[in-house]
Amino acid sequence: MSHRIVLPTPLRRFAGNADSIDVEAETIGEIIERIETLHPGFRDRICEPNGELRRFINIYLNGEDVRFLEKLATKIPAGAEVAIIPAIAGG
Amino acid sequence: MSFVTGLKCRECGQIYPLQPQGGCAECFAPLEVMYDYEAIGRALSRERIAARGPSLWRYRELLPLESEPTVGRSSGFTPLVPAERLGAALGLKNLYLKNDSVNAPTLSFKDRVTAVAINKALEFQLEAVGCASTGNLANAVAAQAATAGLAAYILIPEDLEWSKITATSIFGAQVVAVRGNYDEVNRLCTQIADRFPIGFVNVNLRPFYGEGSRTVGYEIAEQLGWRAPDAVVVPMAGGSLVTKIYKGLCEFQRLGLLENEVHTRMYGAQARGCNPIVEAVQRNSRDIRPVKPHTIAKSLAIGNPADGYYAAGVIAESGGWAEDVSDDEIRAGIRLLASTEGIFTETAGGVTVAVTKKLVEQQRLQPQDLTVLAITGNGLKTLEAVELPPPPVIEPSLSEFERLAKSFSGPAGIHSTSRASAAAQA
Repeated sequence: MSHRIVLPTPLRRFAGNADSIDVEAETIGEIIERIETLHPGFRDRICEPNGELRRFINIYLNGEDVRFLEKLATKIPAGAEVAIIPAIAGG
Repeated sequence: MSFVTGLKCRECGQIYPLQPQGGCAECFAPLEVMYDYEAIGRALSRERIAARGPSLWRYRELLPLESEPTVGRSSGFTPLVPAERLGAALGLKNLYLKNDSVNAPTLSFKDRVTAVAINKALEFQLEAVGCASTGNLANAVAAQAATAGLAAYILIPEDLEWSKITATSIFGAQVVAVRGNYDEVNRLCTQIADRFPIGFVNVNLRPFYGEGSRTVGYEIAEQLGWRAPDAVVVPMAGGSLVTKIYKGLCEFQRLGLLENEVHTRMYGAQARGCNPIVEAVQRNSRDIRPVKPHTIAKSLAIGNPADGYYAAGVIAESGGWAEDVSDDEIRAGIRLLASTEGIFTETAGGVTVAVTKKLVEQQRLQPQDLTVLAITGNGLKTLEAVELPPPPVIEPSLSEFERLAKSFSGPAGIHSTSRASAAAQA
């Protein structure tokens, strides 16, 4: 299933300067893998070497932080909105 | 004249010029303002600070402005109050309150961070500012944006206390209530800041904004006679304040302004209904597990605290601890502070007082410790949280008052009718 991922400005230069990207994926983790295939090096910006999401990156599925769901294993329903957002804000 | 040398990533060390930017473009970690401490050390002395006016700008060499501030000029330098009666109630002989509930212009510690951020927005020639807020920051940004003549866009969770919403709208700010909790509001602001030319004080102006909190540490030290205290208890929402107070004390030490060495233990306070930093500290970790907040302490209801990782680090490194308290304990904390010291704080202050009680019971705070509580906000903003019963209503009749007075504590309840009238005749 194809999903459109909106990329925040700081991430765009690691994904061909596009402001969004369409990828085929079943899970959040697969999205990162697909973008990595298109733009090698992208994964390292999002994930720690152990594969976990970086501390200062949040990924939201329909507005819900995937850390509250199944993290990178979270399945993506049809028509869902996926957003990658830097976490350093607020307080 | 400025002693700022640039912005630096706290994790990977990447250097950036001074510009509106929230995080590192390489690793997305927060950025920190860098200073030339050697030059500051030559320019700043106790005498020079003490000769200046009573605002946070008395430490201007340590604040990241390139020019003289034009707004927020009376923010900061709030009273440090010796708290004997509260201390007696808690079992602390050397207790002080840093009373930011009377900060200017909007009665919370957020006046400090906002003063720095709005002046910075003017320096960057931004035309509009904004914030995600649990209330206190909304008040502060709206007020200081009005002073600066800037448009303000304030996003808040829909369920915020009505008094905090009114105290924001009154300044002419565009307030937007979002159906969601603070973390959702915050996420939205990050997206808006990416799309619109707005200086969000706690997004793209955040590195500068946070610097204002260090002045709490400077003031505590100066007001104690250039001494670092033994312990500071700080309420935690995003977790920034506890780190910045500690940083402020350490900077004063580095600049040779202190009588003693900094051995200050930093204690963090949260509501049980939103305790992700406490939870991390108590499992000896810095890794924050986000939560969904549910507490009356709405000003602290941040479930995914941006500085949680650093707050947990400072608390552990300083030999402190973190605790949480229930909503009932928070209300009791507000009442205890009010009834012993005459200071009416909002829910965050209730959290701080209630956690202090717990830390004494756990013997983490010793009776002789020079202890400072950060009271960060004013109770008039969260009247609905304290749930006090309404007062009894009587006719304007002395006999009705006398009947009622039998249930009073204190002198009015002791005096019988005959003794009171005898006293009146004598």
